[in-house]
Amino acid sequence: MQQQQKVAALSYSFPEEVLEHVFSFIDSTKDRGSISLVCKSWYEIERWCRRRVFVGNCYAITPAMVIKRFPKVRSITLKGKPHFADFNLVPEGWGGYVCPWIKAMAVAFPCLEEIKLKRMVISDDCLDLIAKSFKNFKVLVLISCEGFTTDGLASIAANCRNLRELDLRESEVEDICGHWLSHFPDSYTSLVSLNISCLANEVNFPALERLVSRCPNMHTLRLNRAAPLDKLANLLRGAPQLVELGTGAYTSEMRPEVFTNLAAAFSGCKQMKGLSGFWDVLPSYLPAVYPVCSRLTSLNLSYATIQSPDLIKLVGQCQSLQRLWVLDYIEDAGLDMLAASCKDLRELRVFPSDPFGLEANVALTEQGLVSVSEGCPKLHSVLYFCRQMTNAALNTIARNRPNMTRFRLCIIEPRTPDYLTLQSLDSGFGAIVEHCKDLQRLSLSGLLTDRVFEHIGTYAKKLEMLSVAFAGDSDLGLHHVLSGCDNLRKLEIRDCPFGDKALLANAAKLETMRSLWMSSCSVSYGACKLLGQKLPRLNVEVIDERGPPNLRPDSNPVEKLYIYRTISGPRLDMPGYVWTMEDDSAYLE
Amino acid sequence: MATMGHGLNLKETELCLGLPGGGGGGGGGGSEVETPRASGKRGFSETVDLKLNLQTKEDLNEKSASKEKTLLKDPAKPPAKAQVVGWPPVRSYRKNMMAQKVNNTEDTEKTTSNTTAAAFVKVSMDGAPYLRKVDLTMYKTYKDLSDALAKMFSSFTTGNYGAQGMIDFMNESKLMDLLNSSEYVPTYEDKDGDWMLVGDVPWEMFVGSCKRLRIMKGSEAIGLGMHLSIYLASIFWNY
Repeated sequence: MQQQQKVAALSYSFPEEVLEHVFSFIDSTKDRGSISLVCKSWYEIERWCRRRVFVGNCYAITPAMVIKRFPKVRSITLKGKPHFADFNLVPEGWGGYVCPWIKAMAVAFPCLEEIKLKRMVISDDCLDLIAKSFKNFKVLVLISCEGFTTDGLASIAANCRNLRELDLRESEVEDICGHWLSHFPDSYTSLVSLNISCLANEVNFPALERLVSRCPNMHTLRLNRAAPLDKLANLLRGAPQLVELGTGAYTSEMRPEVFTNLAAAFSGCKQMKGLSGFWDVLPSYLPAVYPVCSRLTSLNLSYATIQSPDLIKLVGQCQSLQRLWVLDYIEDAGLDMLAASCKDLRELRVFPSDPFGLEANVALTEQGLVSVSEGCPKLHSVLYFCRQMTNAALNTIARNRPNMTRFRLCIIEPRTPDYLTLQSLDSGFGAIVEHCKDLQRLSLSGLLTDRVFEHIGTYAKKLEMLSVAFAGDSDLGLHHVLSGCDNLRKLEIRDCPFGDKALLANAAKLETMRSLWMSSCSVSYGACKLLGQKLPRLNVEVIDERGPPNLRPDSNPVEKLYIYRTISGPRLDMPGYVWTMEDDSAYLE
Repeated sequence: MATMGHGLNLKETELCLGLPGGGGGGGGGGSEVETPRASGKRGFSETVDLKLNLQTKEDLNEKSASKEKTLLKDPAKPPAKAQVVGWPPVRSYRKNMMAQKVNNTEDTEKTTSNTTAAAFVKVSMDGAPYLRKVDLTMYKTYKDLSDALAKMFSSFTTGNYGAQGMIDFMNESKLMDLLNSSEYVPTYEDKDGDWMLVGDVPWEMFVGSCKRLRIMKGSEAIGLGMHLSIYLASIFWNY
């Protein structure tokens, strides 16, 4: 009793302003959450001074609830559709509409400065509302979003006098008119970061050049494919301070002056650290970027369809590289070179050049990844598409890189075994989770039995996100994961023989996770109903394009299932092929 | 185009309803995409079902049962070679980017010749509240596409699919009747911005030129001024 009084006295003895000042140094959402749990007064103080809110699932909470708790928010991040929407597993019209959020925030947060969205649907009207409601609006990031056109962008350009960042990364934009860029007034000079790489058509290039040259703080510029290479030199000359550049199509008629101009322009970019773009590369133009190579820390060649020798020549010059995204044209030989030259490498992503081909078109095997794991001591994040793998290789990689935090392996053909022993890859992935104790994200592939899930449940204690496809034998597999992975937040599963038992036995676990996705598995409609009834703080959504699930027997498996925790009840904007399993038992239709 | 070795045969150009023997994958993710008639024939002899049939419950159960069997197969045996939806997990954005090719004037480079470009098009149905998107490269025939569309919009069916039987392109008056009715027909916008009836060109050509699909009432299709005579004439193309 005395102890509690002491603590209370201490916390009352600090004036709020002091606490607020202390809290202002704490930015991470997690830490802020911890602060708010200390006591009621800290909760109150914290909520009034929280400036950044991260909502990992836009349906987990309503705008009104966020506004009520955090009245002075300046930056909001929202995520919508499930990750598997990237691979076309989520039908159109599923949801993720940001409009209700914008409408509510337009009233409640006049000082809002940043909106960052991922996999959400945003309309031109919404963009217009943003442009006109937030006088100090600075940052708009739309990652893999859709639903808007260049008209919406024109409104942002015209109205947001303090805009610093406009990033449309991988969004689907209906490109009506390239002149939207001209809507930035001549007096506007505050642009720092512009990413228009997803736009299909050419933007008004003179307008772009003028914009770039009058914004002295331009730091990041990512052009789209339609941006012509022969105009790049001029653009760069207007912004030699650029740190990150995304080129357009890296090809042009072979003219010597274009090349020399380009090389000279790149020589002038003394701060350049990151390059991307490189669609349609003409290898003879690559040496133009050599002047910046030694300083590059980030290189995205994942659209560059150039062969191994050219890749080796280029990457070999980039000894400071920390992040490399590349196509599998790099082959094992290129990865050997990478391992030898780029000792600072932290992240490697190797994408497939021919994902649907039946046979390997490049000499890229498990060996390349093994080399890099040996040669690059700081490597901790891997995404690797290949066609063959062995347990031995995975074992070696695991032992080489216990610092691995993100490991996503995609062996292209489902259920591919260890090609040397013809066994499953259970022990290889087992080695990964056993040795890499800080592993946060894991994607599995190849031939896998329930055993791999046993290993994961036993060792992967820090795992937060797991992606599974064409794996496992029975519910036991799913049970191992749900019961063993203490920090699991996101689980996505497709085409696995997991049914009702593991889900129902671990129902409570689902409330500790952000979301669970299961498609083409064996979860019955009956089980979904049961989960929906028993766990009111979960939304259990059945996605089934065959029509209402209650027209089929309860034992019938659902096509797709998306379960997420929420404090806002079932959502109201579902399309016709999504059913929420309600508390109030079955459908009355 | 060279003929396929078959004379123009009335039976072949007749547009039939289901596949002989039933079943057939359709939609995404199905593994039984082969049709008995797929052996080397192309063009109009392929089945074009312009009437979107709502499948009976029995058909649906059969399909979902066979799908489960695919899932629980002996794991050592790899699934059939037809493309599985969303696998390998290459983002649609990336697939589309890799698919577009700009004309490369100079060096011949070994570019991605084998990449099967995704061809995502939006599908709308008049009266349905939401759009769908399909990847046309997932299907091999008009029949597959038609089945998939029927499944996709079946939850919105109003029973206006009728049971008039097959559409006969050969019979102009019957075709006119269909197009004057309130039956739904699938149409598409091609690269030139023209709206056409689905089924008028060979499948591959269709995939290459279709920009979006719209399922509308036959009577509206007439209203858009579709030129039937062209279709009828084109049936007599020889390959």
